[in-house]
Amino acid sequence: MKIVTICGAGIGSSGILKVNAERVLRKLDISATVVAADIASVASVAADAQVILTSAEFVDAIGKTFADVIVVENYFDTAELTEKLEAALG
Amino acid sequence: MHLPPLPENAIDIAAEASDWRAAVTLAGDALARSGAATPAYSREMIRMIEEHGPYVVIAPGLALAHARPGPEVLADGLAIVTLATPVNFGHPHNDPVSVVLGLAIKTVEQHLAVVAAVANVFNDSTAIAELAAATSAHEVRQIMGVAE
Repeated sequence: MKIVTICGAGIGSSGILKVNAERVLRKLDISATVVAADIASVASVAADAQVILTSAEFVDAIGKTFADVIVVENYFDTAELTEKLEAALG
Repeated sequence: MHLPPLPENAIDIAAEASDWRAAVTLAGDALARSGAATPAYSREMIRMIEEHGPYVVIAPGLALAHARPGPEVLADGLAIVTLATPVNFGHPHNDPVSVVLGLAIKTVEQHLAVVAAVANVFNDSTAIAELAAATSAHEVRQIMGVAE
């Protein structure tokens, strides 16, 4: 499974989402590749992704996709991430 | 995994900022003081927010101001600005912001190790409130786990 985290620069916030998503997936015992990317490359990077994690601001820019787009409010709240990833993948 | 350098001159306590641009500029000023970036880096960080919106407010009360690696970045570095009066960035859930984290990253290859170290600090949900209430640069360094 592939999960893509999206932010404006492709570093910083998307990196934090990637790190915390990996921590949550490990706890849930789900194996997945998590890739951090910038919004400009979302179409190519997320073409084969099952899940996109991002902020509300990027939902429109992500546009049409087969992936589940999950909006994260607090990037450091692993409980929020756990709940949302479980709902999408469970 | 280590945080980038956070020297005391990159910490600004109870600063006054009239709006989010002023708050981000203070973080840029702090990065320039510590030698992590040139003064022009502030403009790059502001441009990211103008272009993509207030998504940099990644947790309640906390903005992670940063831009891409570029000529304005001189070295990896972190800056922390706490605001005397919190300012709104226009985020739907996480406003107002009382702590601005300024991040300068020299190369993309290193960024995941750096942000993992940042996540280690802030996955403790009390860290943002503790930083907002800190009264000295030394205390900020203690909260961030980098004090001697």
